[in-house]
Amino acid sequence: MSKRSDMTNTHNWSGQKLVSTDYLLFEAPREKHFMTGSEVLKEAMKRCTVDASVSYPITPQSEAAHLIGELWAEGYVGTYFRGENEFGVMSEVAGCAMAGARTVTTTSGPGTLRAMENFPQWSGTRIPCQLVLMARGINSPLTIQPDNLEVSFMLETGCMIWYAENVQELFDMSIAAFTVAEKPDVHVPIITVVDGFFVSHTREAVMLPADDIALEPYDPYRAPLPPIDSETPPGRFLRDPFVMKSNYISYATHASWQWEVRSAVERSRPYAEHYLKGLIHITGEEDAEIAFVTCGTASNQAKEAHRELMKLGIKTKVIKLRTIRPFPAKELLAAVEGIKHIFVPEFNVVGWLEKEVRKELYNKCEADIVGGPRVAGGMSMPAEAIIAEVMEKINPGKGA
Amino acid sequence: MANQGPAYYSPYPAATYEGVITPPEGKALLLEDVVDEETAMREIAKQMLTKENATIFPGPQVLYAWSDEAKRKATLIKEMAEVLNANMIPMYDYRPKYPKIDAEVEINPNHPNLTIWENKIKAAIFIGVHCHYANVALKIVRAETDCYTIAMCALSGHEDAMATIRDQHASDLEKFIKIAKEVKSELGV
Repeated sequence: MSKRSDMTNTHNWSGQKLVSTDYLLFEAPREKHFMTGSEVLKEAMKRCTVDASVSYPITPQSEAAHLIGELWAEGYVGTYFRGENEFGVMSEVAGCAMAGARTVTTTSGPGTLRAMENFPQWSGTRIPCQLVLMARGINSPLTIQPDNLEVSFMLETGCMIWYAENVQELFDMSIAAFTVAEKPDVHVPIITVVDGFFVSHTREAVMLPADDIALEPYDPYRAPLPPIDSETPPGRFLRDPFVMKSNYISYATHASWQWEVRSAVERSRPYAEHYLKGLIHITGEEDAEIAFVTCGTASNQAKEAHRELMKLGIKTKVIKLRTIRPFPAKELLAAVEGIKHIFVPEFNVVGWLEKEVRKELYNKCEADIVGGPRVAGGMSMPAEAIIAEVMEKINPGKGA
Repeated sequence: MANQGPAYYSPYPAATYEGVITPPEGKALLLEDVVDEETAMREIAKQMLTKENATIFPGPQVLYAWSDEAKRKATLIKEMAEVLNANMIPMYDYRPKYPKIDAEVEINPNHPNLTIWENKIKAAIFIGVHCHYANVALKIVRAETDCYTIAMCALSGHEDAMATIRDQHASDLEKFIKIAKEVKSELGV
């Protein structure tokens, strides 16, 4: 059984050498592996000196949760248990994190909504936990298919939201996520999103550093709220009445508290910029007049469309958003300079990313914004669908 | 009465919405300007020595002897108050006070403006307050009072204060006391 007290100044409880995030992400030698998203998440958590993980099965994240459980059995994760349901899990994550544990959980689809009240509570209590959201459709009718509609429900919870395109990004992003979330001036929960099945169940080549190195442990005494600690003054009494007793809270406090949580998300920008190498990634032609603004696996499909359109002599570029909260508004605005048509392909029926893009570009950019193509309920989005959308716009009535 | 802040219609402004965030390591903030730490220290000393009823608000992290660093800092803060001719009003816990706070003798992050109004404080240093509570308090103070707020933070600093210095450990407080003595001598106060 792993114990925090087994840790030394140089090694964690499982004997891994403690290294900086910069070393782990940018400097350590890497070797090629062939893994699914779920497997690679296990590898990432193995290198994160995770104190606690709470799980509850729901497709497609069940396997990832199961594999983190194996890490506990192997001695890499301090505590691991199954919650009663997703609401229980997210509440227990809050408890673990408030007590000073680096905590991770995973969920998908309806599980996210069942736990919903907890997410703004997480950010309100400034815990730096990580939720790996393997996006899946929302009921009804019941579905286990890939879809990222649930992300729209998470946008205003006060949590940071990052979006990974593939297995490699999931590995790197979920390590950087703890580091940024735990910065004293940030210290809000982070949701790292991948598209379920398309990433969680897809095997890809991935470059991994050795598994005998790991992140430095979380220091809860650098938190902006005191951790629950009955032994060390100022003790736990400082925290819970303020957070939970609404009848004692003035509207002034509540208002400034809400702005403070959102300010904390804003303060994450320079850190995310460093660890993600930019809040957006751009591929394609610099002088393109057509841009795809995407996140997740829609980026991959848009890149495929870009390659096909190049063969037709049509220049395009793909602007992939790596962070959704904070939203990379300034970077997006710079990237769409000179663009005439913006397409926002996404895997959901409501077009939440299109709404975000429109809101941020309104009155600042003259490009025509097309919300589509848009697929939902597990439908795939072939590059042809994106190409057809583009051709219909630039060559109306004649199709692709 | 609260001013209408720039963060939409909230009376409680948030500097991040004006593009101001915490200073980088080794630097400090004076309003929205990133400056050298020593420049900020000199300005902080000047503000505290020249404004009415300058007050230090020590928080739980320096009021309780929970570490050797806390004990050392507490001693230095007392010396700092003497050099700055400042009063001290503690923020010894963060619980909302029921039925009401004694604003003459303590400050609370829920309604820090009451203490500032009661004591007519025109410059104040927050030190040893957990960052979240400091930021919540600083937003309310910025909206509701004309007090010049200063954050001396052991971690990353506070953009909602008018002056903020970061990574302030005991050795930094010693440096500040030395600078404050120089400024005091220059000002002849």
